[in-house]
Amino acid sequence: MATSTDSGAARQLEIAERLVSPPAHASSRLTWGMLLTYLLLSVGAIIMATPFIWMVLTSLKPATELVEFAFLPRNPTLDNYVAVLSANDFGRWYFNSLLIAVISTASVAFFDSLVGYTLNKFVFPGKTIIFIGILTTLMVPTEMLIIPWFNMSVQAGWNQGPAQYWGIVFPGVITAVGIFLMRQFFDGVPNELLDAARMDGVNEFGIFWRIALPLVKPAIAALCIFNFIGNWNAYLWPLIIASTREFYTLPVGLSFFRGETSTQWEKIMTGASLATVPLLIIFLLFQRQIIKGIALTGLKG
Amino acid sequence: MKLTLRRRQILWAYLFLSVSLLFFIVIRWYPTLLAFNISLRDWNIFQGTGPWVGAANYVDIWEDFQKPRSSIRAAFWNTLRYVLLGVPMQLVLALSVALLLDRIRLLAGFFRAAYFVPFVTSAVAVAFVWNWLYAPQVGLLNQLLKMLGLPMQQFLRNPDLALPSIAVVAVWRSIGFAIIIFLAGLQQIPDIYYEAAQIDGANRWQMFWRITLPLLNPVIVYLAVLQTIDFLRLFDLVLNMTNGGPLNRTTTVVLEVYNEGFSSYNMGYAAALTVILFGLILLITILQLRVLSRRVEY
Repeated sequence: MATSTDSGAARQLEIAERLVSPPAHASSRLTWGMLLTYLLLSVGAIIMATPFIWMVLTSLKPATELVEFAFLPRNPTLDNYVAVLSANDFGRWYFNSLLIAVISTASVAFFDSLVGYTLNKFVFPGKTIIFIGILTTLMVPTEMLIIPWFNMSVQAGWNQGPAQYWGIVFPGVITAVGIFLMRQFFDGVPNELLDAARMDGVNEFGIFWRIALPLVKPAIAALCIFNFIGNWNAYLWPLIIASTREFYTLPVGLSFFRGETSTQWEKIMTGASLATVPLLIIFLLFQRQIIKGIALTGLKG
Repeated sequence: MKLTLRRRQILWAYLFLSVSLLFFIVIRWYPTLLAFNISLRDWNIFQGTGPWVGAANYVDIWEDFQKPRSSIRAAFWNTLRYVLLGVPMQLVLALSVALLLDRIRLLAGFFRAAYFVPFVTSAVAVAFVWNWLYAPQVGLLNQLLKMLGLPMQQFLRNPDLALPSIAVVAVWRSIGFAIIIFLAGLQQIPDIYYEAAQIDGANRWQMFWRITLPLLNPVIVYLAVLQTIDFLRLFDLVLNMTNGGPLNRTTTVVLEVYNEGFSSYNMGYAAALTVILFGLILLITILQLRVLSRRVEY
């Protein structure tokens, strides 16, 4: 699991693939035991889902209905959405979160695979020391870096104006986890294929871009999914570096919105729904790929 | 001059690595060293420097830790409580669900998704949704307690219940991840072991204790370490659910880093706290490596 050999990449892909298909030994016969299994799983699933259902139901209720305990809204209304959207910058925060998640994910996909590829396929002095140097950064928690990053950003002016976008995104444009993952996956690309392209006079970047990269698409997809979700939900660093309202990401905006809304729960749940429902829909549409991707990156540690 | 193939390869390699090397040096390595440096200074954020004070910040932390009602003392003890409460709860629940999920075929995808959903949502939104569930009087949980004829609870405002209430949310949020990793581990145990045990007349209970659990051992250690580190870094739920209260009963080390560093601008002190956090994480990672490098007996 956390220990990994160079031949582990293909096996890990197979494990992740098996994970999203039904287990071979699983039974489909209906016995009392199976009935109990389904019953227990259903109780658990209800506990998992209730907070989200309650959040959406609350957001559809007028304030007066909150104190009278009824599960479903009697007079469902979208008034809360109109009020919250017109009085806040949710649209802008969506845009910011999307922009930051897309930029960092594109950058990570490119640089992590380029470095992973180089560390796997090239022979050059200093290779081991560079690889170890990159891996050791995994030991350092983000919390330890935020104070130095903040100091660097203030000196450079990255906490002012549009430079805040760069301020938010710069710590995550290349990741050690991604490099580690990609380095292993390039094992599956045969060297003969790359040598053949060299004979044909393709330059080294062309070999990487047009021949090696298309062969590791599943790993890149996993890396992108993992990274997109992480950046979309990132909180601590954007909270520290974004100093003006127009540059908040969705989680940061939501937490300030809460501070201004005190205990109007129908409004707060509307804000929470706005922040989560799009991601919930994306997740339900792509759940197989997302779970596969998380398993793949999770298995790497 | 014509370069040999080997020379050309070396040049290409360094060209490919250049941007990333610069990144790791400037954005990862230098700030790591800077964090140690800042922790030894009375750092002023606006000047980007400050007088060297040696171990004074660490001494301050130690002295604050010894004061009975200080938030630092509370933060370290609370963080330990989160770990001791959250990690076992997470592992037991996740393994139970994974064992159940591993048995079913029909609706397997549906259930897997249901348990996983909270993991992809923002912790801030999750914090507010649970604040509403835990709300005194009108919250869903208190309404349920009333329906069952039980006394209502203050949950997040009750100094004894606040920390466990947050730990429950943290477990709820990330249990899906642990379930997925457990499922992957379960599927790697060859069915033949169970078939052999069945022939020998072993019951389900014996198979679980003699086959499943020992073979899952590396997965359990891996998840325990990962989740211990997650709980050591707990921040966003706490900030948005209780902001460390009531009476510092839910505050964490990272929340103190945030308050000291970015509310009081006491950066040297905050940096020293992060160095201690780093030490704790390093210790746990090394312990994991030692445990995992032991061979599993079949």
